[in-house]
Amino acid sequence: MTTVAVKPATMAQALGRALRDAMAADPAVHVMGEDVGTLGGVFRVTDGLAKEFGEDRCTDTPLAEAGILGTAVGMAMYGLRPVVEMQFDAFAYPAFEQLISHVSRMRNRTRGAMPLPITIRVPYGGGIGGVEHHSDSSEAYYMATPGLHVVTPATVADAYGLLRAAIASDDPVVFLEPKRLYWSKDSWNPEEPPAVEPIGRAVVRRSGRSATLITYGPSLPVCLEAVEAAQAEGWNLEVVDLRSLVPFDDETVTTSVRRTGRAVVVHESGTFGGPGGEIAARVTERCFHYLEAPVLRVAGFDIPYPPPMLERHHLPGVDRILDAVARLQWEAEN
Amino acid sequence: MTVMEQRGAYRPTPPPAWQPRTDPAPLLPDEVPYRVLGTDAAAEADPELLRRLYGELVRGRRYNTQATALTKQGRLAVYPSSTGQEACQVAAALVLEERDWLFPSYRDTLAAVARGLDPVQALGLLRGDWHSGYDPRERRIAPLCTPLATQLPHAVGLAHAARLQGDDVVALALVGDGGTSEGDFHEALNFAAVWQAPVVFLVQNNGFAISVPLAKQTAAPSLAHKAVGYGMPGRLVDGNDAAAVHQVLGEAVAHARAGGGPTLVEAVTYRMEAHTNADDDKRYRADSEVEAWRAHDPIALLEHTLTERGLLDEAGIQAAREDAEAMAADLRERMNQDPALDPMDLFGHVYDQPTTQLLEQEAQLRAELAAQERHHESEGAPR
Repeated sequence: MTTVAVKPATMAQALGRALRDAMAADPAVHVMGEDVGTLGGVFRVTDGLAKEFGEDRCTDTPLAEAGILGTAVGMAMYGLRPVVEMQFDAFAYPAFEQLISHVSRMRNRTRGAMPLPITIRVPYGGGIGGVEHHSDSSEAYYMATPGLHVVTPATVADAYGLLRAAIASDDPVVFLEPKRLYWSKDSWNPEEPPAVEPIGRAVVRRSGRSATLITYGPSLPVCLEAVEAAQAEGWNLEVVDLRSLVPFDDETVTTSVRRTGRAVVVHESGTFGGPGGEIAARVTERCFHYLEAPVLRVAGFDIPYPPPMLERHHLPGVDRILDAVARLQWEAEN
Repeated sequence: MTVMEQRGAYRPTPPPAWQPRTDPAPLLPDEVPYRVLGTDAAAEADPELLRRLYGELVRGRRYNTQATALTKQGRLAVYPSSTGQEACQVAAALVLEERDWLFPSYRDTLAAVARGLDPVQALGLLRGDWHSGYDPRERRIAPLCTPLATQLPHAVGLAHAARLQGDDVVALALVGDGGTSEGDFHEALNFAAVWQAPVVFLVQNNGFAISVPLAKQTAAPSLAHKAVGYGMPGRLVDGNDAAAVHQVLGEAVAHARAGGGPTLVEAVTYRMEAHTNADDDKRYRADSEVEAWRAHDPIALLEHTLTERGLLDEAGIQAAREDAEAMAADLRERMNQDPALDPMDLFGHVYDQPTTQLLEQEAQLRAELAAQERHHESEGAPR
C-alpha cells in the first residue's frame, strides 16, 4: 500500500478539481463563461480545463451574462450539463430574467418533462477589497425563487463535494462561492478527493451547549473565531454550517436550537429581507417553547455594499457576534 | 521635461492596420421585401408545396378565429391572434425537418400546431390549466415563451449543443418587432454569429408592439439590417407571401445546416386583430391602415396564384374549408370540457425531489382539501 502525501489545497483549487473530475466523468458537462478558457477564470478556478478538454467544453463566451445563461438553457435542453460562471456576484444581475423566468421553472412548466441541469457558479461576498459591484451577497434573491437550489460551501472539502453534487443534480443549482475563502487551505489527498456531499444537509462544525450560531459560507470562519473568543469568557457555543440555503435543513437547525435554547443567525448580506429573517422565523416556529431568548441576527447593514475602505465596518465580525451572544442574557450555567 | 512639454518632438505613428472582420456587402438585406406570389417566380413554385401551404393557411385562419371565440366564451384566459400573420407561422413550421427545433413566442401557437402539436395542448398556457404543459421533446417545440426574446438564446444554445454532438439539427426562433429591442435579442444574435450556430431568427414585423409602432421601436433602415452588425446575413421578405417566406426560411435553414451559421429574416406582415382580446387597437391605428393590409391577405394571395395556375378549383377551396371546420369543431368540443385538474400537481414538478418545506406545504393543502371534502359531505352540497 502506497501512502500519498497529504498536502494543502485551496478552495479555488478544490473547485477546479471538482470541475475537472466532473468533466472527466461525464462528457455532457460543459464549462462556460467570460474568461474561463485561456485565462482560467479571474480566480483561476477553471485553470487548465480548456487545455485538457478543449475549447468546445470549456468555452470563453462573449461578455454577456444573460446570453451565457440563456444559451446554457438551450444546451441543457439538448442534453448537456452546462456549468456557467458569473464572474462576480453583481455581474449576474443581467442574467436574472433568464434565471427567474426560465431556468428556475422549465421543469415546472413542462410538468417534469424538461429538467434543466445547470450549475451557476457565482463568486460572492465581500472582504477582498473589491470595488463597487464586486462584493454583493445576493443569496436572498436566489432563495426567493422556487425551482432553484442555493448552495454555498465554507470549507475546502465542501467546495469539492458540493460542487460535484451540484453538477450531478438534475435541477438548476446556484452555487455561491465565498470569494474571500478562495485562498483558504485545507489538507488534501490528491488521490482521494473529499466525498461528494448531498445537497440540503447542514453540519454542526462545533458542538456547544450555550447557544447556536447558524451561519454559512464566508461567515463560518468568523463564527468559529467567535467560538474561541467566547470560550475565553466561559461561553460554550455551537456552530451550524448550513451549506445549503435551499433546500433548508430544518432538522439539524431545530435539533441544535432546541438543545441550546438560544440562536444567532450570522451572515454578511443585508439584515432586512435577508436570509436571517427567514431562518429566525423558521427557528421560532419550531423552537418557541425551547427558546430562552429571541433569535437574533448579526448581518450586514441595509446599505448598498460599501466601498472597500469602509467594508470592515459593514461585515459582521467577532465582536458583533459576541455582542449578540451577550444580548441572549443567559443564566449562570455558563 | 515630460513628453507633452517636448513640443514637436512627438511624431505620432499610424495605429496598427485595421481591417473589417467581414465584408458587410453580402450580409445586407434586399431593398424591398422578397416576393414570389404575384411575380414570375410564382410559376416556378412547387405545386405540392403551394397546396400544402394553402391547406395550413386556411386551417390556421380558422384556428385563430376559433381560439378568439373561445376567449369570448371564457374558455381561454387570453389569445393573441396571429390572423394576418398565418403565412409566417405556417412557413416556419413546414420548413423544418422533424429533428429540428422550433422556439415560439406567445403569438406563435399556430406555428406549433402546424408543426404537429395537439391544438388543445398548444392552448394550455393560454387556457391557464398549466404553464405550457406539453413535453417539448415530443415535437421539438420549446414552450411558448411569454417574456420577449428570452427564447432566442435558448435556440442558439440548443443549436450549438446539437452541432457539438455532430447532429445536423437547426433551431428556428420566432420573435416580434418589439422583441428586437430587448437585450436578449442582441445577446442571442451575437452568440449565434460568434459561435456560427445553426440557428435562424425569424422576426415577424407585424407593425406594433401592443400599441407602439415600428417607427418608435427602431431607427434602423429595416430590422433585417440589424444582422450586418452581428456579422450574419439579413433577409427581408414579404411576410404575407407564404411561398416567399418558405423559400427564404428554407434557404436560411439549409445554409445553417451546411455549417454556414445563422441568418436573420425579417418578414414584413401585419397584425389584423388587436394585440389580444384585452387590447383596443382603435386607440392607436386607423381603420384605413387595417383595410389596406386586408387587401394583401395571405390566404387570398396564395389562393389567387393557385387558381391562376389551375392548381386549385372551387371544390379544392371547399375541401380546405371543410377540413379547417372539422379541426375547429374538434377544438371547440374538447376545449368546452373542463380540464381535470389535480391541485396536488402544484408540488409535483418544482424539484426532482421535493424539499422538506414543500412536503410540509403539500401536506397542508392535502389537509385543506380533505376538510373541504368533509364539509361538502356534511352539507350535502354538490362539489
